[in-house]
Amino acid sequence: MFLLGNDAIVRGALEAGLDIATTYPGTPSSEIGNTFHDIAKEAGIYFEFSTNEKVAMEVAAGAAVSGQRALTAFKHVGLNVAADPFMTLCYTGVKGGHVVVVADDPAMHSSQNEQDSRYYAMLSGAPMIEPVFPQECKDMVKGAFDISEQLAIPVLVRTTMRVNHVSGAVEFGDMRARRGKVHFDKKPMTLVPVPLVSKQRHPVLLEKLKKAQELTEKYPYTTVEGPEGKAKLGVITAGASFGYVKEAAKKLPYDIRIMRIGMVHPMPVKRMAEFMRTVEKVLVVEELEPYMEMWTKVAAKDAGLTLEVHGKDLLPRMWEFSRDIVTDAIIKTKGDEPLKRKMPFQMELPARPPTLCPGCPHRATYYACKVATKDEAIYSSDIGCYTLALLPPLKTADLFLCMGSSVGTAAGFSKATDQAVVGFVGDSTFFHSAIPGVINAVHNKHRFTYVILDNKTTAMTGHQSHPGTNKDGMGEEAPALDIERVVRGIGVEWVRTVDPFDVKATIETFKEALAYKGISIIIARRVCTLLEVTRKKGKGETLPTYRVMKEKCKKCRRCLKMFACPALYVDEDGTVAIDDLLCVGCGVCAQVCEFGSIEKIRGKGK
Amino acid sequence: MSVMVQKAVSIQLAGVGGQKVLLISNIIGSACVKLGLTVLSLEIHGMAQRGGVVRSTVRIGEVFSPMIADGEADVLLAFEPVEAARAAEVVSKRTEILVNTRPIIPFTVGAWGQKYPEVKDVIRALEGISKKVVAIDAEELAEKAGNKVAMNVVMLGALMGREILPIPPKVMKSAIAEKVPKKTVDLNMKAFELGYGAAKKA
Repeated sequence: MFLLGNDAIVRGALEAGLDIATTYPGTPSSEIGNTFHDIAKEAGIYFEFSTNEKVAMEVAAGAAVSGQRALTAFKHVGLNVAADPFMTLCYTGVKGGHVVVVADDPAMHSSQNEQDSRYYAMLSGAPMIEPVFPQECKDMVKGAFDISEQLAIPVLVRTTMRVNHVSGAVEFGDMRARRGKVHFDKKPMTLVPVPLVSKQRHPVLLEKLKKAQELTEKYPYTTVEGPEGKAKLGVITAGASFGYVKEAAKKLPYDIRIMRIGMVHPMPVKRMAEFMRTVEKVLVVEELEPYMEMWTKVAAKDAGLTLEVHGKDLLPRMWEFSRDIVTDAIIKTKGDEPLKRKMPFQMELPARPPTLCPGCPHRATYYACKVATKDEAIYSSDIGCYTLALLPPLKTADLFLCMGSSVGTAAGFSKATDQAVVGFVGDSTFFHSAIPGVINAVHNKHRFTYVILDNKTTAMTGHQSHPGTNKDGMGEEAPALDIERVVRGIGVEWVRTVDPFDVKATIETFKEALAYKGISIIIARRVCTLLEVTRKKGKGETLPTYRVMKEKCKKCRRCLKMFACPALYVDEDGTVAIDDLLCVGCGVCAQVCEFGSIEKIRGKGK
Repeated sequence: MSVMVQKAVSIQLAGVGGQKVLLISNIIGSACVKLGLTVLSLEIHGMAQRGGVVRSTVRIGEVFSPMIADGEADVLLAFEPVEAARAAEVVSKRTEILVNTRPIIPFTVGAWGQKYPEVKDVIRALEGISKKVVAIDAEELAEKAGNKVAMNVVMLGALMGREILPIPPKVMKSAIAEKVPKKTVDLNMKAFELGYGAAKKA
């Protein structure tokens, strides 16, 4: 089968006899959850999109300490959210295998930072493995469940974008039986880590680490390849970098031996020392932090070796690598000049950044907000499609830190300044981690306006369900939590729900909210346009389109400067026009135009 | 087991969110697996749906990474002219470029005042750096086949018309039939043939 790395991870878990999977979506891990969602019923397992990564970890932990096999997946920053239960789960230990997939994003294709998850393995004591190819994603994940049960500790599987999103041929293996319902055996002196218990659990964890050290020295995915005899250069590498090293070595007329590390925590320091005895110098090739480089130096020192160890002196400590970056570093270990490369040609090209879709309700909300605040407010933002509003002309994002940060930072802005403050959060992110911040704002009497952009889905990562939707991860009917009742229930007095496509009413609501002396919450509710368009097309409905009446257009370009729907463009005569291929007929631009120059074309659809 | 082919073939795909670029790399990859060819393919998504740049690669043969090094694409399959130019770092004199000539103007032209170049200038620049450029109005051919959305399959047909891949057309067609919605199979077969014919003549 031609499988995506993320799908191969799912297959590996199923072959291992998985009982339960939990996740909160985030690039580059999202397809893991999407695929579980698609197959959970048929496979007979339980799957959920948990409210956040911490909850995902806890649900899976409960199952794993009971004896089921469990998998939890999220992106790198998801492990920050889940770190609290994870750290102590390594003390209590698990009974059924618990595999935790953490997807790093070097180069930040779709992330706010490029933190290196390998340090979480050191911090927690959990073993960590790194697959490279789709076949390994399946096989190594399957094997990770056995390691987890052997050591009675969760096992981390670290991936990067270039592992999650690579497809290749995957040969399937046998399916092991699921355990199904198990009986939980009470063990409070192991599982309830009050100080008395945790004092006994920490030495147990250290014992497990010793056993993990034995495993890593024999781990079959840690391999050495290259010519016989003493090689001029040894390269130690792992993950996607292994591929770049192999391709660079194939191109270069050098004598290179390659050690690929399959288990990066604990590091196989004895094997590394043996390897280093067969080479004249070492280059450690790893994206992001000098983690393996540090361990390589430890291994060399402990073995009394004095060879040169190169790494971040020759390679970048940020972003992704490529074959050419690795090639240059290898050339530099010989003291030679790196190859000169030039771009084939220079041509000025228009940028094509991702942007809010035509018909996106968030754009309408932002427009109304800017009119009401005269664009003089501070805008705290959060994680989702709506963060794209940082770009001109909307520019309605001034700070975000992490999931749910919009509410706490809004409170901070309101204390530190006399400026108006408006925070924005999506519906999924609100449930994820904004609720405690709202409670904090109520109790501590903070004053700001908080906008919950409720598009009834987790749009950014591919339309997953969340607690505010009426479907769960299994695809079954589920109670949809009403956001208005939630915020009223936690003490917010001033709450209004608006339809952002009613521009006038939304502007008025913003004005009232801004005048309120306390936390005022606006729920801007309108289904994600991508879902709505798909639904309408599925039902055979035609979408209305809009057009600009050329004679009425005053060429003021307010619609472009303040609203900037991608369907709007400047025509050759200087008037604004609407691209009818892109327009989905939301009609907001017609309300933005102050001269009534935009009209609906009835009867004409696509 | 997979069979190694001697010479690696590297295909860079480039387009815009909504053009279903990733479906095409997926079809090519599936066709390779049908034949037992070793293949690695890479998708870049995450923000793709929001009108941004979409890239993918397919590398067939003895390769260890799906990433194509600078200047080392055998084919650049571009679904939009400016996206062909933006992907030019993988192009060199060994590269054939197949490009759909229909522009998709990004919002930065209207909202930020950026310039969209003349398509003929883009093609000329690409001709200067590559082995050959095959420029096709794939949208027109797709409309002829029955729906302009099939532009992506027209381009796949065009790629097959160049006879660069170690894949027979009938294997590729069966991969297409498995991956597109059932009721669009005939339409897509027609789109494939139109693209194939257009590129074969070129």
